[in-house]
Amino acid sequence: MKASGTLREYKVVGRCLPTPKCHTPPLYCMRIFAPNHIVAKSHFWYFVLAAEKDEEVFGEIVYCGQVFKKSPLQVKNFGIWLRYDSCNGTHNIYREYRDLTTVGAITQCYRDMGTRHRAWAHSIQIMKVEEIAASKSHRPVVKQFHDPKIKCLLPHQVLHLQHKPHFTTKRPNTFF
Amino acid sequence: MVFRCFMEVGWVTYISFGPPTGKLVRIVNATAQNRALADGPCTQVRRQAMPFKSMQLTDFILNFPHSAGQKYVRQAWQKAGILTKWAATRWATWIEARERKTKMTDFDHYKVMKVKKTRNNRIIKLHVRKLQKAALLNVPPKKAPAAKGPAEAAAKFPAKKMAAADRKAPTQKDPHPQKLQARMQRLQSLRKVRNLQPRNHLL
Repeated sequence: MKASGTLREYKVVGRCLPTPKCHTPPLYCMRIFAPNHIVAKSHFWYFVLAAEKDEEVFGEIVYCGQVFKKSPLQVKNFGIWLRYDSCNGTHNIYREYRDLTTVGAITQCYRDMGTRHRAWAHSIQIMKVEEIAASKSHRPVVKQFHDPKIKCLLPHQVLHLQHKPHFTTKRPNTFF
Repeated sequence: MVFRCFMEVGWVTYISFGPPTGKLVRIVNATAQNRALADGPCTQVRRQAMPFKSMQLTDFILNFPHSAGQKYVRQAWQKAGILTKWAATRWATWIEARERKTKMTDFDHYKVMKVKKTRNNRIIKLHVRKLQKAALLNVPPKKAPAAKGPAEAAAKFPAKKMAAADRKAPTQKDPHPQKLQARMQRLQSLRKVRNLQPRNHLL
């Protein structure tokens, strides 16, 4: 999967086609984070095939719908359990992010994993995403924002607009 | 340098780039290290995550806890009268002046040129008069006829330049006697003549 742009959350329900052996095959439901519904369905089948292991799968998607943001105007802490393949093996990881939405946190996670662990999107599998209370968070990066009086200085701001006139006689202003 | 303003919950900031450019928002919460949840209910800015880099701190602060609802932000904003206070700041007036300057038509440019010219001429005249008064106090009355020589030389110049000097003559009521007035006019024309000397590049 290519985690392009901000991902979207899909609920995908599918099943294998009924066979003479099994008339009512079980329904599999998954929470998929993908850039669009086509990739979501594809990713769903990736997991189903992995689960079914050696068997060939002829199946159908029963339902594939986007799950919309719950409360996009409140900052939340998210715990993400994932599994990824590194150069040396497969590992489980728990990461925490602070964002307004689940999809925002997951997108952050993909980017972060790429940066810190050089894990490509195709090697990452999201196991679980959960909104966690501030008291339950572990990571100091997230915990530091639980101080209501948090403040920071931006003393030397390098803005991209400063390169607007590439050749100029004036030095750019970095203090605002 | 002592820093007074911090990127903190409650500060009203000005957005310098991004979709809501030029608007004021209040920082509601810090989403991450480089993003904040900002809200501008009275400035038509939806509550959204915004990077700190696009924000520039103003002097106004709305003090109440983080993650307050939009209703409370709006109440506090209206009570504090942030928009009227902002409009009175030099920053806001500078922005407005800059905007008006970019929208100037050719006629506006002409009007500005005229106003500037009259203002500058008034200043120049004031200073010339001051210098003349000082000169008159120092110079004895014998030298008055000698000033006619350069005035004759000035007469040789084309008529329009003399007309320009006449136009620039003081129009205010002069408390000094007639002779002094004539002398001052001659001095002014002298000044005009000196300005018309050819530049070095012709030689």
